[in-house]
Amino acid sequence: MEFSGRKWRKLRLAGDQRNASYPHCLQFYLQPPSENISLIEFENLAIDRVKLLKSVENLGVSYVKGTEQYQSKLESELRKLKFSYRENLEDEYEPRRRDHISHFILRLAYCQSEELRRWFIQQEMDLLRFRFSILPKDKIQDFLKDSQLQFEAISDEEKTLREQEIVASSPSLSGLKLGFESIYKIPFADALDLFRGRKVYLEDGFAYVPLKDIVAIILNEFRAKLSKALAGRSPTVWRTARSITTPTVRSSSPRMSAHHMVAIVGFLKRYTTHTGCGWNSLYSHREEVAKSASVLTARSLPAVQSDERLQPLLNHLSHSYTGQDYSTQGNVGKISLDQIDLLSTKSFPPCMRQLHKALRENHHLRHGGRMQYGLFLKGIGLTLEQALQFWKQEFIKGKMDPDKFDKGYSYNIRHSFGKEGKRTDYTPFSCLKIILSNPPSQGDYHGCPFRHSDPELLKQKLQSYKISPGGISQILDLVKGTHYQVACQKYFEMIHNVDDCGFSLNHPNQFFCESQRILNGGKDIKKEPIQPETPQPKPSVQKTKDASSALASLNSSLEMDMEGLEDYFSEDS
Amino acid sequence: METFDPTELPELLKLYYRRLFPYSQYYRWLNYGGVIKNYFQHREFSFTLKDDIYIRYQSFNNQSDLEKEMQKMNPYKIDIGAVYSHRPNQHNTVKLGAFQAQEKELVFDIDMTDYDDVRRCCSSADICPKCWTLMTMAIRIIDRALKEDFGFKHRLWVYSGRRGVHCWVCDESVRKLSSAVRSGIVEYLSLVKGGQDVKKKVHLSEKIHPFIRKSINIIKKYFEEYALVNQDILENKESWDKILALVPETIHDELQQSFQKSHNSLQRWEHLKKVASRYQNNIKNDKYGPWLEWEIMLQYCFPRLDINVSKGINHLLKSPFSVHPKTGRISVPIDLQKVDQFDPFTVPTISFICRELDAISTNEEEKEENEAESDVKHRTRDYKKTSLAPYVKVFEHFLENLDKSRKGELLKKSGKTLCLSLLSS
Repeated sequence: MEFSGRKWRKLRLAGDQRNASYPHCLQFYLQPPSENISLIEFENLAIDRVKLLKSVENLGVSYVKGTEQYQSKLESELRKLKFSYRENLEDEYEPRRRDHISHFILRLAYCQSEELRRWFIQQEMDLLRFRFSILPKDKIQDFLKDSQLQFEAISDEEKTLREQEIVASSPSLSGLKLGFESIYKIPFADALDLFRGRKVYLEDGFAYVPLKDIVAIILNEFRAKLSKALAGRSPTVWRTARSITTPTVRSSSPRMSAHHMVAIVGFLKRYTTHTGCGWNSLYSHREEVAKSASVLTARSLPAVQSDERLQPLLNHLSHSYTGQDYSTQGNVGKISLDQIDLLSTKSFPPCMRQLHKALRENHHLRHGGRMQYGLFLKGIGLTLEQALQFWKQEFIKGKMDPDKFDKGYSYNIRHSFGKEGKRTDYTPFSCLKIILSNPPSQGDYHGCPFRHSDPELLKQKLQSYKISPGGISQILDLVKGTHYQVACQKYFEMIHNVDDCGFSLNHPNQFFCESQRILNGGKDIKKEPIQPETPQPKPSVQKTKDASSALASLNSSLEMDMEGLEDYFSEDS
Repeated sequence: METFDPTELPELLKLYYRRLFPYSQYYRWLNYGGVIKNYFQHREFSFTLKDDIYIRYQSFNNQSDLEKEMQKMNPYKIDIGAVYSHRPNQHNTVKLGAFQAQEKELVFDIDMTDYDDVRRCCSSADICPKCWTLMTMAIRIIDRALKEDFGFKHRLWVYSGRRGVHCWVCDESVRKLSSAVRSGIVEYLSLVKGGQDVKKKVHLSEKIHPFIRKSINIIKKYFEEYALVNQDILENKESWDKILALVPETIHDELQQSFQKSHNSLQRWEHLKKVASRYQNNIKNDKYGPWLEWEIMLQYCFPRLDINVSKGINHLLKSPFSVHPKTGRISVPIDLQKVDQFDPFTVPTISFICRELDAISTNEEEKEENEAESDVKHRTRDYKKTSLAPYVKVFEHFLENLDKSRKGELLKKSGKTLCLSLLSS
């Protein structure tokens, strides 16, 4: 391990060696990085990649994936952030290296919860899909070979024998002849997404896949491998951590002190006690079992979870750019109960508006509704006392016995505020969670109206909210295209009379905050976000300051670990 | 075949499990050559006893243990589940989360009630020769796909005992398939989509996948006799209105007229084919294909699978040679070579074969009074004297193929190059 800046820079590869390490402009991230980098670069790479993935997400919502607009905008994002995407004449090493390292750093940050994992995997897949789509044909075979994917093309004879069947099976093939199309023969189970929809020709247990469709398969393999890496105690996670050191940081920035060095060391030390899990074949059931078992152990990724030193940095990343969870409250108690009725029509998203209405009308809500609405109310600033009063008042109107309420319902309300049981402070549900889990049944009012309501009923509801017919039809179109959150954004725009809501909606409390911001001119009851929704470039010094102040606040515990420092360095790989 | 009286079951089952159930073949199947340690011991069985008492997580040490327990408990129904990570009957002693289903055959359950919207002769649990053809077509279509498209070699088709058929795919690689792949296979095999509120359940695109084309070719062989004669699907206005609901309104009037002038379903079907293909030609100029005609045929004849049965690794399914408590019929294997001749109404009931056994035994006892044959030998030959015999033979043929495959695999692994035909001699 090197300590001086000059020596460190010498470690960087030169010339041919560089090209050998990154032969292609895209990759499957099979090997974690093994070089040393500074903490500053660590942070910067991570932030840049989060910006990139956020753009991927936004573009995917605003444009149909694969269209010209989508492609060109995504390409310019990649260029702007200096990540690799296409072969060109300039030096490709640096963008590819940035791409490689930043991906692995984000794995650390995003493995921590199911929601984060899902988000990360989705964006990474879209990114890979884009890069693959612009890969020239002659490069594809080379890339596949280098990526350890054993896809062999079949001979011309074999092609002719099955020409009609293959053409009739694959939607991606037009015309009646195969011509020069490459066809790959792979075991049917490796082409799950293709054969389940009868989009490929099957014969004797093999799928005959045209090149275009190989992409879908590759993406699937990528998703499965990435999912596994994030959920399990995979070697790549801790190996990445090991590669992060701060040898040069001391000289380059006065704020990056020994504290950081020790922080990293402590983090790495804890990680070296973990062992990784092995890879199994992709489609056997046993390995799915192993995966689910390792999800259990992912909860015990203790070094990251409980490490108060690196944790702020990683949390900072994942929370700022995928949206907050709205659990911390900067404005507790700023809302009074008698404001809620009005707020529900002016600033609540439709899902909460309908829950509130149902509660007022029926003096009752079922469990799903109580959870979704109750946590939302907590998120907008209701205190526990207010919540208890609010629910009790309403339920009593429904002829509920006050004692029964105290015995049954109040416990649950206190529980959701983290005052009972295991004292988890539950966070309000995000849009994704509401849309994807626990669909409502008869008698339920929770869920997302854009997702779960019958289009006719939704239309009536919007009419009763006095949305214009033009707006309603736009919303219904978006719903048809399953763009539920964009539809909700449209609703926001309509009721606030703005052309562009200015944010990408993914949380009901976010809807509320943004609404309040517009209605109150940016004062008072609004939430104080840690970061604005659209990532803004910030000077790296300031970033460092945030992180280091969090780290520096734990002086005493760091002191003790200084002792282990020498030992660590001597046992280093 | 005499009528079956369910109240006799306890006595009949006692005899069945003592003298007729083919234990050695059954064990031979589920043991799979003993290649994997504890494969049989980790298999879950469930029993339904008298008075609907249901017990899960039964498992056995070997064939003899299985026999003893079955004779002791006298189950009304036997289901087979998955092979688990530990002995199912000890699952409570296993650490939480460690007891997992690991392997199981890929199974299919085709039930006649799923066709109630398209069969006119029966409904619900009833079946008759007129609608049984649906099962014949289903077996042919699914089996062809499993064999030719997926390359599955060891497929056991079994009559469920009342109103359907089951398929057990037992290839070694198949038993290891994940739930996702199983679901994918069912999806591949599904064409009829929609519940009661959906009128038109089959929609074909311009490109017809070979699986669909081959399935239609199978249906064509049966369609006239099954649909136009036996089911008479265009018999009268009430029945042909249902078919008209599946074709565009623009041709309804023309069809109504020609239907009224025709005398039977065959003639009406000919009219429909002409009108439909003319319609098709008009709207799809360069892509000719009788899609409307095929869509109707598929809706009326194509197999309907229950995905939930197939996708779960731990799903329990009725065992072959189990008895159906309501009909008394034995769940017998179906001979694929003679699937067209298979008649569920000639499948022996438990009372029938028990009576056969009684009759034969009495005769034998008179003949062999002096010989002291062991009980076991009696038992292993007993089923052969009854109508159960041919079905056990089908089962044995299936087991021989499994054995051949296993030997072939072992040889391959050990690198020898003996010809497979030498093995069977």
